[in-house]
Amino acid sequence: MRTPFVWMVGCLIGLGSMPAAVASGWNMPVGVTDLSREIHSLHMIIFWICVIIGVVVFGVMFYSLFKFRRSRGAEAANFHENTTVEVLWTAIPLLILVGMAVPATATLKKMYDASDAELDVMIIGQQWRWRYEYLGEEVAFNSSMSTPRAQIRGEESRDEHYLLEVDNPLVLPINRKVRFLMTSDDVIHSWWVPDFAVKQDTIPGFVNENWVRINEPGIYRGQCAELCGMDHGFMPIVVHAMEEEDFEVWLAERREEAEQEAMGVDREWALDELMERGETVYASICASCHQAEGQGAAPAFPALAGNQRLIDDADWHLNTILNGVSGTAMPAFRSTLNPVELAAVTTWTRNAWGNDTGDAIQPAAVVEKLANQ
Amino acid sequence: MTEFERRTPEANPGVRRTVVRSVATLVGMFAFAFALVPLYDVFCRVTGINGKVETTAQAIVHEGVDDSRYVTVQFITRNGSGLPWNLEVETRQVRVHPGQSTEVGFAFHNASSEGTWGRAVPSVSPSNATRHLRKVSCFCFEEQHLEAGERLELPLVFQLSRDLPPEVNTVTLVYTLYPVTRDEAPLQARATAGKGDEA
Amino acid sequence: MAPKLPPHHPVEQSTSATAGGQASAHHAPPRGILRWLLTTNHKEIGSLYLIFSLIMFFIGGIFALVVRAELFQPGLQLVNPEFFNQMTTMHGLIMVFAAVMPAFTGLANWMIPLQIGAPDMALPRLNNFSFWLLPVAFLLLLSTLLMPGGGPNFGWTFYAPLSTTYAPPSTTFFILSLHIAGISSILGAINIVATIINMRAPGMRMMDMPLFVWTWLITAFLLIAVMPVLAGVITMMLMDINFGTHFFNAAGGGDPVLFQHLFWFFGHPEVYIMILPAFGIVSAIIPTFARKRLFGYASMVYATASIAILSFLVWAHHMFVVGLPLAAELFFMYTTMIIAVPTGVKVFNWITTLFRGSITFEPPMLFALAFVVLFTIGGFSGLMLAIAPADFQYHDTYFVVAHFHYVLVPGAVFAIMAGVYYWLPKWTGHYPNVKLAQWHFWLSVIGVNLTFFPMHFAGLAGMPRRIPDYALQFADFNLVSSLGAFMFGASQLVFVAVVILCVRGGEKAPAKAWEGAEDLEWSVPSPAPLHTFETPPTFQRHEH
Repeated sequence: MRTPFVWMVGCLIGLGSMPAAVASGWNMPVGVTDLSREIHSLHMIIFWICVIIGVVVFGVMFYSLFKFRRSRGAEAANFHENTTVEVLWTAIPLLILVGMAVPATATLKKMYDASDAELDVMIIGQQWRWRYEYLGEEVAFNSSMSTPRAQIRGEESRDEHYLLEVDNPLVLPINRKVRFLMTSDDVIHSWWVPDFAVKQDTIPGFVNENWVRINEPGIYRGQCAELCGMDHGFMPIVVHAMEEEDFEVWLAERREEAEQEAMGVDREWALDELMERGETVYASICASCHQAEGQGAAPAFPALAGNQRLIDDADWHLNTILNGVSGTAMPAFRSTLNPVELAAVTTWTRNAWGNDTGDAIQPAAVVEKLANQ
Repeated sequence: MTEFERRTPEANPGVRRTVVRSVATLVGMFAFAFALVPLYDVFCRVTGINGKVETTAQAIVHEGVDDSRYVTVQFITRNGSGLPWNLEVETRQVRVHPGQSTEVGFAFHNASSEGTWGRAVPSVSPSNATRHLRKVSCFCFEEQHLEAGERLELPLVFQLSRDLPPEVNTVTLVYTLYPVTRDEAPLQARATAGKGDEA
Repeated sequence: MAPKLPPHHPVEQSTSATAGGQASAHHAPPRGILRWLLTTNHKEIGSLYLIFSLIMFFIGGIFALVVRAELFQPGLQLVNPEFFNQMTTMHGLIMVFAAVMPAFTGLANWMIPLQIGAPDMALPRLNNFSFWLLPVAFLLLLSTLLMPGGGPNFGWTFYAPLSTTYAPPSTTFFILSLHIAGISSILGAINIVATIINMRAPGMRMMDMPLFVWTWLITAFLLIAVMPVLAGVITMMLMDINFGTHFFNAAGGGDPVLFQHLFWFFGHPEVYIMILPAFGIVSAIIPTFARKRLFGYASMVYATASIAILSFLVWAHHMFVVGLPLAAELFFMYTTMIIAVPTGVKVFNWITTLFRGSITFEPPMLFALAFVVLFTIGGFSGLMLAIAPADFQYHDTYFVVAHFHYVLVPGAVFAIMAGVYYWLPKWTGHYPNVKLAQWHFWLSVIGVNLTFFPMHFAGLAGMPRRIPDYALQFADFNLVSSLGAFMFGASQLVFVAVVILCVRGGEKAPAKAWEGAEDLEWSVPSPAPLHTFETPPTFQRHEH
């Protein structure tokens, strides 16, 4: 019966090797905000307290197991219940806990103070992408994973940032307090960027608040943290933090783009043009549910390819895209896609995969419909 | 055998007593789960958890305006799925003093070709401001009916109380439009007292 | 309601070669299948519970292995994300409700009457009914996998609105099966409370009861208090799905966060339902093999009771990132941290019991010792998770997965296995094969740590839970976890072999199978005859 002893020694060695394991890539990131640093050091403090308690407790245990084995001739003593000891091992942990609670409370209070923010960004979770709206800046966009499905299936070699790459990253200025307002259009998601130590659930119909002040420019990545259905694993977050001046430039560019796009509404679009644009929109917004070939995923996500109702009724088709379907994963896109995108994606779905209706839905018609159906 | 029977349940009044008490606890806890629904609602409204707001009109409190500080109140409107309406607010944000009562106009527009029912569900952030936001008049108290193409302008009259915590200087009100499905002719003025109704 | 017991033949063998409670061939009619369907004997029902939970442990384990196989390397190789979600969900539901809980109920059925000197459970017919509800419930639950749209895919915590508005059509059957399983647990709990309170041997006071009985009494109270809350929540879900109510639907004025409050009001006590009886088992085994009485019997009872009471005050620590107000975060952080105190008291008690004992390492002791160490590691990560600001980083990551698997697998499951090894001589009349049991132990311990320890790192490094595919920096951790999982899974086949061999033969065990064992069950012959303590034993207060 040597084996238990071997195992116990192994366990001690394992415990002793924990500090080595705390090397980077194995531990919580220190992050790039004051709060993330504070949380990291809180984490490390509690970790070391646990390690010390563990060493003491397991030390006594393994000592007893080694020393008081019957095979070594140990005779059982007969003692039990000692009030002093029992009071001590209740009181000492309590004191340690109080010691942990004090800094934790202070940090938590800071995390809850989102006042005096210089920029407000609304973050909206959708199955399965994020939407960012810069309040008061007229800039808003959707952010979907851009890792090709072929990489997931293993048909292509995987990029460095496999699954953590998006088409439109959230862009934020450094050294400015940014307040996040978070909500969801369907189920509960959770927006998490480890480097900011920001994780907050987005809840349909309710708004949550959180905030960040980034200290260093860079690209920071995160993921949805709350199970939100089929593609929960495929809604990454990428934040591009830049110097304030660069951010202003970027913001101006985005505004410009939006204006350009708005002007596109007035002209007549060719079918090819709409199809080209529509394919991009479809891939970024629709394909996660209705699938790349429009085949859908029954029963939750209906097929679009060969969908007779869609082919027959252009009006119903556009209405569904604009208004969504209550109680399903189909959101209302009337305010989250612009008229050009709406027209293009409608045109694409009416003509792709053998649907071949030949319809070219014009952005102007969509504008008309939005105002008056 | 007799000994065995003596100690079996039918002969043991203690067992019966224990069972009766357990079943009473069970029924009580089951009822308690349902009671938690309205209790939670009340608790949230009182404490402002979750940005839940009063769903009935409150009276303006004349407490004098606190000129010493400004609070920015933001308005955001959103579309839930399944309702072809637009909800617009005349101004994205206003700056108000605590204690001052303010009116903001909202416009509902039914862009579809049929009449439908909808409701704007409110949420307030930060949650510690919720308790201090008094809504005197709000469309969110009621479900709305709009005919095809109808446009309806409704005011929100609100007041931030003077005891608004000093660290709060921005309050955000979000309204999300959701469709209301109803079979029978509804009462427009039905107070949306919450889920207790359906329970 | 006055159930009449079926006639019994009081004459019993005491040293039969047949497998005691498992299958005593010369028992009264009916025979065959019908006998097992109709049995009201606590030992037979206990065996049924244990066999059922072992089967479910394997089914839930296969689901876990599907998950681990998919996560073996980056990319989607074996299953699609939809099925992956069904596997994680079903693994959780089966392990919690069909494996761990029935295993403890089975041990309670077998051992509580023996430990308190009662002839049977207080309500034998109800006992039969509450067992047979279980196969019905879980056949129904498993059948949802074959329904259109698949089975539950929203996680074992089934958060609304993913589990209501956005759920697959089979959700109504999921709710029904959970209702049936819940009724089974509740009836089982009532039976246990009634037995413990009313049927103790003359002279046995509450504070004389073995700790397994004590912990089960407290567990049964928890069950009676919180299972109806679960029933309430799933009833609300049912109404939201089928009757147009809006309990959890913001569109109708409901609140998805309310679901989480209600669920965790049930869910946190549920966590302790799965660990308190484990404390009881370990508290029986450690003194036996240290040949020294438990250091603080009374403080163990009080610690168990305090954990149970605190479990009602900590539920929102599962919800630190849903947007609770600061005051609530602080309250739940403090209450959660306080739980470390009574839990610490327990660990200190076990270790002080070992101190200056005369220790041997039979298979039950090995598992009990592994329990103490590994459960404590799970306790440490639990303490870290209690720190609300840090939880913003830990929440919903593999760190949480590592934490609760440490308290449930080398925690609850190891304790169950320790209990099985401890009481097998009493059930079968034979000692389990020591060599095989040691193999089982070492493979399990290594497997469990290989599986779950790397998950701490994966979680801290930023891997969210419940994802079917992951970024490349998590690949090494997942590779090790998957290998460990298959090792752990395979090692459980050894466990089955040990149990089957033990039922069929092996070294004969005397009534008092372990030299240091003191409780009443060791005063009846091994294997325990079908009917025991028909004449109440005289209880001598020498322990505790």
